[in-house]
Amino acid sequence: MTDSVHAESGTAPGAAEAPSTEGTDLGVVFGPGSPAVSDESGTAPVQLLTPEGERREHPDYSFDLDDEVIKGFYRDLVLTRRIDAEATALQRHGELGIWAQLLGQEAAQIGSGRAMGPQDFVFPTYREHGVAWCRGVDPLHLLGLFRGVDQGGWDPNENNFALYTIVIGAQTLHATGYAMGMQRDGVVGSGDPDKDAAVVAYFGDGATSQGDVNEAFIWASVFNAPVVFFCQNNQWAISEPIERQSRIPLYQRAHGFGFPGVRVDGNDVLACYAVTQAALRRAREGSGPTFVEAYTYRMGAHTTTDDPTRYRLSEDLEHWKLKDPIARVKAYLVRGGLADDAFFAGIEQEAEAMGEHLREGCRALPDPSPLSIFDQVFVEQTPELAAQKEQFAAYLASFEGAH
Amino acid sequence: MAQITLAKGLNQGLRAALEADPKVIVMGEDVGKLGGVFRITDGLQKDFGEDRVIDTPLAESGILGTAVGLAMRGYRPVCEIQFDGFVYPAYDQIVSQVAKIHFRSQGKIRMPIVIRIPFGGGIGAVEHHSESPEAQFAHTAGLKVVACSNPVDGFHMIQQAIASDDPIVFFEPKRQYHADKAELDESVQPAALFSSRVVREGSDATLLAYGPMVKTCVQAAQAAADEGQSLEVIDLRTLSPLDLVPVVESVRKTGRVIVTHEATVNLGLGSEIAARISEQCFYSLEAPVLRVGGFDTPYPPSRIEDDYLPDLDRVLDAVDRALAY
Repeated sequence: MTDSVHAESGTAPGAAEAPSTEGTDLGVVFGPGSPAVSDESGTAPVQLLTPEGERREHPDYSFDLDDEVIKGFYRDLVLTRRIDAEATALQRHGELGIWAQLLGQEAAQIGSGRAMGPQDFVFPTYREHGVAWCRGVDPLHLLGLFRGVDQGGWDPNENNFALYTIVIGAQTLHATGYAMGMQRDGVVGSGDPDKDAAVVAYFGDGATSQGDVNEAFIWASVFNAPVVFFCQNNQWAISEPIERQSRIPLYQRAHGFGFPGVRVDGNDVLACYAVTQAALRRAREGSGPTFVEAYTYRMGAHTTTDDPTRYRLSEDLEHWKLKDPIARVKAYLVRGGLADDAFFAGIEQEAEAMGEHLREGCRALPDPSPLSIFDQVFVEQTPELAAQKEQFAAYLASFEGAH
Repeated sequence: MAQITLAKGLNQGLRAALEADPKVIVMGEDVGKLGGVFRITDGLQKDFGEDRVIDTPLAESGILGTAVGLAMRGYRPVCEIQFDGFVYPAYDQIVSQVAKIHFRSQGKIRMPIVIRIPFGGGIGAVEHHSESPEAQFAHTAGLKVVACSNPVDGFHMIQQAIASDDPIVFFEPKRQYHADKAELDESVQPAALFSSRVVREGSDATLLAYGPMVKTCVQAAQAAADEGQSLEVIDLRTLSPLDLVPVVESVRKTGRVIVTHEATVNLGLGSEIAARISEQCFYSLEAPVLRVGGFDTPYPPSRIEDDYLPDLDRVLDAVDRALAY
């Protein structure tokens, strides 16, 4: 298993033949996967559970845990979808200013999220609600940013889950730096599985065009930093399709940076778990970064302000609905007689309770005090800020009793 | 006692900081084996190892972005930007991440990062090697900005900056690196980091300067003294926050003030300082606050940089105008 990620790394650097003198061979110039020479064969994602709910074997990856774990994944998937649906509804009711939906990406997030250990650290984008769930962050805390009462209400060090990052791709560098810190702390490659740690950096297909992401690949590569670059390729960067970001399958980019890349069925929670676990193991033991491309689909809008009907076909959505990440797990559990009605009813009940928790909790989130902003700029407040705060407090006080 | 240059002062200050705290990390382009293009980090990698003095890939956003992650992990990165004009690829990480993370996390995450930037002109360099971008950072909430002007300050201020739990952009006047020597007496208690200081007393007008302009203004004051004018010179040292306590005291005495910097005048530090002086010293002013700085052009080709840079004569010309009111 440890070496399985290596197996995906394809042609070794420098292995390409010299260009022919009789004309340029595009296959040599561009390497495998070039649109000029590729029919996309060999880019089939790792899959361990089909959309019909049937288990599949893969030569490099396997899911070895028992069905109870899969039932746990099912619960995670359903609750994550409920968090997303509830937050979307709260936005429609005016309780949130905006919400970034994850509909369709639940398996990518739960599979990768559950593969981590408590010692690992996560750098999310702003859509990793399912990963946050896996890390034990109260989903209510996720709402604060979107309601406008804070800019991230959880303590990143409590759950090893950094604040959401809205500038596209910036967090991949933070992840790499954090991983370099782990190297210096002696928690990489020590041989102690409870101690060795790694970082998972989340980003999307659009982010792969950012300079920061490419810099992060270079840094992680040359410093051999323990980072798993987990890309959810949901096919759309707001309105721009993946074809506007890349002419090769994204996972193949990793080869050029000098580390393995692997494409996994992002709607298959078992495969996402197995591939992420292999990549994490590799990182923790000191073998460096891995690029995981979770091939999935953003079934909802980019955010609640977006209108996907302006730029994509409804047939695409219908096509991807057949690959739903939750339906296939349910099919597997039902077909195998692994879960009964009581199990599903219990989870439905939990989802209801989650909905209530979010609805009531959201409305009860307090607005911050206008004066609090002056105290959070610096560790050591400047006299200038102290004076501004004092003046503003006096100004606010001047209105007291005016109404 | 040792006579040191600014380069040596900074080098010894960095060394002391690396010795004092194992979490301090120096990172940047060519800072390791080469010791930096200006030799400020000379010998540090040899003594503290490649894990603590890191030769980075040539990617400034990467330097700052990874510094954020290292800081989150408990390290204290000291990032070197090789030249002022190369800081812009890192601008997003500095402004959107370094400056805001403490605020966004409501104080849960600290960013004890020092960003060292050699700045200013006068070394005959090609373009992008002589700029003064300090106002862009002073304008950014969440950053503190300081500028050293002499060897002793360089030694102390870099250590104070590294010890600070807030992010600090640390400007170093590159043309002063190897210019003058000063005596370093480590038994003398250094001034607080965020404090301005009167470096020459006078009674007729006040010159405000920082970084490379401190030397120019002291020379101007010496020249003016020969003609019977008494000029006070203040080294601002801290640009954000500003410490205007000694400035206000001085202006109340002289009634005339000239702010100088190499950076372009338009919306430069001088603009903010002039506004604050007019707010705090309105009845003491005998003349409007005047500014002497770079013109609102890109930095010119080096063969004419002496015409562009504010020099002793342009400072004294402004003094004459102030005294004419």
